[in-house]
Parts: sequence; structure tokens; C-alpha cells
Amino acid sequence: MKDKSIHLLNFIGLGFFEPAIRLASGEEVKKNLTALIKKVVFPIVSVVLFLLFWHYGATALYNIEKNYKIETARTAGGEAAVETELARIVSGESSINSLPSPGAVVDAFKALIVDHKAISAKKTAFEEKTAVLNAKREANGQAAITYTGRPSFVDQIMTSLKTVFAGFFLALFLAVPIGMVLGLSETLRSSFNWLIQIFKPVSPVVWFLLVYMIVKSLTLTYDGDVSFIISFIAVGLCAMWATLVNTTLGVASVDQDFINVAKVLNLSVGQKVFKIVLPSAFPLIFTGLRITVSVAWMVLIAIELLSQSPGLGTFVWEEFQNGANDSNAKIIAAMFVIGGIGFLLDRLMFSVQKLMTFTEA
Amino acid sequence: MAAHIEFKNVSKSYGVGDDRVAVLKNINLSIEEGEFVAIVGFSGSGKTTLIKLIAGLDFPDEGEVLYKGEPVTGPSHDRGVIFQNYSLLPWLNVRNNVGMAVKEKFKKWTKKQIGERVEQYVEMVSLSHAINKLPKALSGGMRQRVSVTRALSMSPDVILMDEPLSALDALTRGTLQDEILKIWGKDKKTALLITNDVDEGILMADRIIPLKPGPKATLGPEYVINLERPRDKTALNSNEEFKKLRNGIMEYLIQIGEERASKKADTYTLPSIKPIIKPSPFRRSKAS
Repeated sequence: MKDKSIHLLNFIGLGFFEPAIRLASGEEVKKNLTALIKKVVFPIVSVVLFLLFWHYGATALYNIEKNYKIETARTAGGEAAVETELARIVSGESSINSLPSPGAVVDAFKALIVDHKAISAKKTAFEEKTAVLNAKREANGQAAITYTGRPSFVDQIMTSLKTVFAGFFLALFLAVPIGMVLGLSETLRSSFNWLIQIFKPVSPVVWFLLVYMIVKSLTLTYDGDVSFIISFIAVGLCAMWATLVNTTLGVASVDQDFINVAKVLNLSVGQKVFKIVLPSAFPLIFTGLRITVSVAWMVLIAIELLSQSPGLGTFVWEEFQNGANDSNAKIIAAMFVIGGIGFLLDRLMFSVQKLMTFTEA
Repeated sequence: MAAHIEFKNVSKSYGVGDDRVAVLKNINLSIEEGEFVAIVGFSGSGKTTLIKLIAGLDFPDEGEVLYKGEPVTGPSHDRGVIFQNYSLLPWLNVRNNVGMAVKEKFKKWTKKQIGERVEQYVEMVSLSHAINKLPKALSGGMRQRVSVTRALSMSPDVILMDEPLSALDALTRGTLQDEILKIWGKDKKTALLITNDVDEGILMADRIIPLKPGPKATLGPEYVINLERPRDKTALNSNEEFKKLRNGIMEYLIQIGEERASKKADTYTLPSIKPIIKPSPFRRSKAS
């Protein structure tokens, strides 16, 4: 049980919990205690320090804005105006949109969850109400009535995840085969090198516009979710370069010993590629894919913001435009959610990589 | 009858222009069927090139390499190669590394037949306990055994060994020499062993041919070994003929080594410098 859970933790990349488990079973107490302090306690201390720094920094910024407002009120209308301004600040009528403190972010996060529950309840109620009607409409060959209300925060996370996965698979299916072909043929590699070098550093915003120009013309008669199509294609095209370059490199630099084995065994071209070249390029390909997932998640926000696809990018932009008292706190809450999901995605790819690739002796 | 393997005036160079280095020059060699020939030489003398030419991984610039009277045009399952650095595929376990070779050789076999043959050959080098392990979990000696098994499982007519044991420690080396000899002794296939160890050559081969060191390596005079098989390593040490052979080959190698060195010998005039020895502050002189 103990060894199994340690193995599992190491596998999913959470190996730093290992000393805690070993300690719980009373194994080599002193050694594991030191390891626990180094690997778990110190990071926790750093998190606490970060929160403290953030809290006091945010308070200082808040006070700067507050003092400025009071001073402006004083020069405009004297002490009486200061009193009214203070009252307005307390009531939230005069909002101070500075960097929110950790507490405000937690509150905003809770508010978002409550909001999500409310919207879900509304949605369920709507679906129940329209169930009979929709069944009738379906029987008549009419389209069902769907809920068109505002998406909740969780819905937006789901849209973003969907976009990132669609974009990632697009990148995978484009970059790996192309990379393999380029890696195998030196002629093609030098022929298309200019293309890779030029398109690799293109910014996500420009990618979005490029995809928009093309997809717009192709979907004139399509009445589905075009913003989703545009954003996932743009995400995929932005993120695929790391995989493309790594696959090319991995395939082009297969160990000569392995090639000799393939020759001595008289393997056919297909077998050589799939049994020798591809497996030996796997470590580099997967490193590329990991970078691709990170990049995809990173550019997603900017692209969704532009495409108005109802994901986290849109959420952040709308909150910024909204400018309510808790808007900034919601943005920071979204930032942590984005960071956390990015971290989980990377761990996921890390585990897949471990499962799929060999390690040299 | 034509020899099993024959080199006719083979020359091979690498590189272009001024960097062109003639590795082998005018190599003539013929190996009869069932013969075990060892080629000994210094490292860097072109031994690996020789193996590559027979295996069909490389081709001569001049002359011909003949296999059963036909020029070698590429690699073939008839000629199994055991590489110096094992060349096992690190993502496949022992079973699949060997299985890949068996599957290639016997394309029409069922999975069961292939599996049985793999197990039988792995058993032969006593690695059955490690059959499901990846190469990284094996020691150097075990990896080389797998490499030997992989080559033999294809039932080649010729076994080409490119310094197969030179990366191993002396003890493992000894056991593997015995194992290879035992397997070779069963069906007396033609074998060519490249080695830098004269003792190994004498222990294993019917004939030893020193390779004069490259560039422009040529073969030296051959030494026929008439010691009775199976040869016992410990007994050999006191065998007069063994001693004579070993000393003869060693002397020859040392002699050509010196020749090579003297050819290169440019005399360096050393500047006359006297070392300056500063008195160290940390060392107390005895006088004071």
C-alpha cells in the first residue's frame, strides 16, 4: 500500500509528498523528517511569505488611491466633502479599483461559485420547463429551445479546457506527422525551414487574425459556434511549433547504432520509421508536446479575448471592462484558476510522457 | 569451391579532399566455411570498417568483398552482426529485442513459434530470468549476451563480432568467451572475431591475423592455431604452443607498433629551461 502510493505519487509528479508517507509509516524518522521539512515545509513557508507580501502590498496600493480621492475631495469641497467621500468609499459607491488583497480574491472566488450554483439551478429549471415542449418540437422536426443565459465561471472554464484540448490535438496531428517527414528528409527540411523560422515567432494575436480571415470566409453559411472554431485553430497553430521543431530534431538525430540495427535486421522503411526512429524520438517529441500544452494554455486567454469565445479569456476581459467593486478580485481569482489548471495540464503531460518514453540507462 | 568470405584487394577511405584518410589498403583475406578467424589490432586500425564491409553496412572504394562468391550489396540475414556497444533498443525488453530479429527472419511464423524460439535462445545464454527486463536494468555483460542472442536467433551462416567483449570486465569476458565458443561449437558456423586481445584470439580462433595499424591498414602474416578444442583457459597458460604463439603475435604487434611510432617520430628540440623553485612560506627550511 505504502510503496504503491509512493509510486503513484512519483508517477503523477507529486513526489514531494513521499517523505510524509514514509514518515507516517515510521520509516527512518530523522532522514525523512529533514526531507519533509525541505520539500514540504519550506515551500509552505514561501507561500505564506508571498501571501503576506501580497496582502501588505495591496493594502498600501489601496491607501494610495484612497488618500488621493480624499485629497481631491478636500481641494474641491473642504472637510464636509471629505466626510461624504469617506462614507461613499465605505458603502462602495465610490469604488477603489486597486490590486485586490488575498482576502478579497477568496471572497470573489466564493462569489463566483455561488453564482455558478445559481446559474446551474436556473438552467436545470429551464430544462425541466422546456422538456415537454422540446420533445414536441423534436417530433415536429424543429430545433430544440436551448438555454441562452449568461455562462457561469465554471462553464467558462469548461469552454476554455475544450478549446485548449481541441487546439492541442490539432497541434499534435499537424506537428508530429509534419515533423517526422521533415526529420526524415533533409531536402524537405531545408526547403521548409524558412516557413518554420518565419511563422514560429508570430504572436498569438496575429495568429488569431490570420485564422479569422480564413475561417470567416469558409464559414459564411455555417451557423454553429464559429468563435470556438477560430479560437481552437488559432491556439493549435500558435502552440504547435515546439512540437514540430522537437519532432524534426528527434527524428533527424536518431542514434546511428539504432540505424545500423535496422539495416542489419533488413527492416522495411515503414518498420524502420515506426519501430526504430519514432520510439527513439519519443522523448524529444513528448518534451515538445509538454511545451505545446503550456503554450496553448498561455495563448488561449488572449485568443479567447479576441474571438469572444465564452471562455476564461472573455471572462477576464469582461470583468476588466465591467469595473465593479469586485471585478479586479475576480480577475485575480481567474488568474489563479488559469495558473492552477496550467500546472495540472503540465503534470498530466508529464505522466503521459513517463508512460510512453524510455529512459537511457 | 569459393571461400565463404573473400576480400580481394579491398581499399577504403573516408573523408574528402585533404582530410581523406585511407583506412584500409589492399586487404586480401579468405575465410573458409566453418572457420573461426580472429583479427587482432590496435584500436583505430580500421577493424570496425572491416566488419562493416562484410556486413554490408559500408562498401569498398576499390576491390571486392565476396560472400559465397557474390559481391556484398547490402546487409543480409545470413550475416549476423554483434556490435561492440550492444546496440539494443532501449525501449524494448529482452524478449522484444530478440523477437524483433526473429520476426524479421521468419516472416511466416506464428506468434507462438516466434515466442518459443526467443525463449529458447534467451535460455541458451542463461538470461531467462531477465527476459522481461529493459536493457537499462541489465549489466554490460548481460546486454552483450542479449546482443549475441539477437544475432544468433536469426540463424546466420556467418557471425561477425566487432570487439564484442572489449567493454566488459575480465571475469565477465571470460564467461562470455566460453559461452560464445560453446554456441559456436554446436554448429560450427563461420565466425569472424575482431579483437584487441591476443589471448582472446588464441583461445577462440582457428586463425589469427594481425591488422597492421591504419591509416592504410593491411593484414599481417597469419598465425594458424592448432590447439585442440575445447580449449581450457587455465590449462592453456602453461601450454608451450600457446606461449609460443602468444609471444610471436605480441612481438609482431609490438614491432609494427614501433615502426608506426618511428615513422611519426619528429624530433622535438626541447628548450633548455631551468625550473625556478620559489621558497615556500609554508615550508620551514631545516637550517633555520
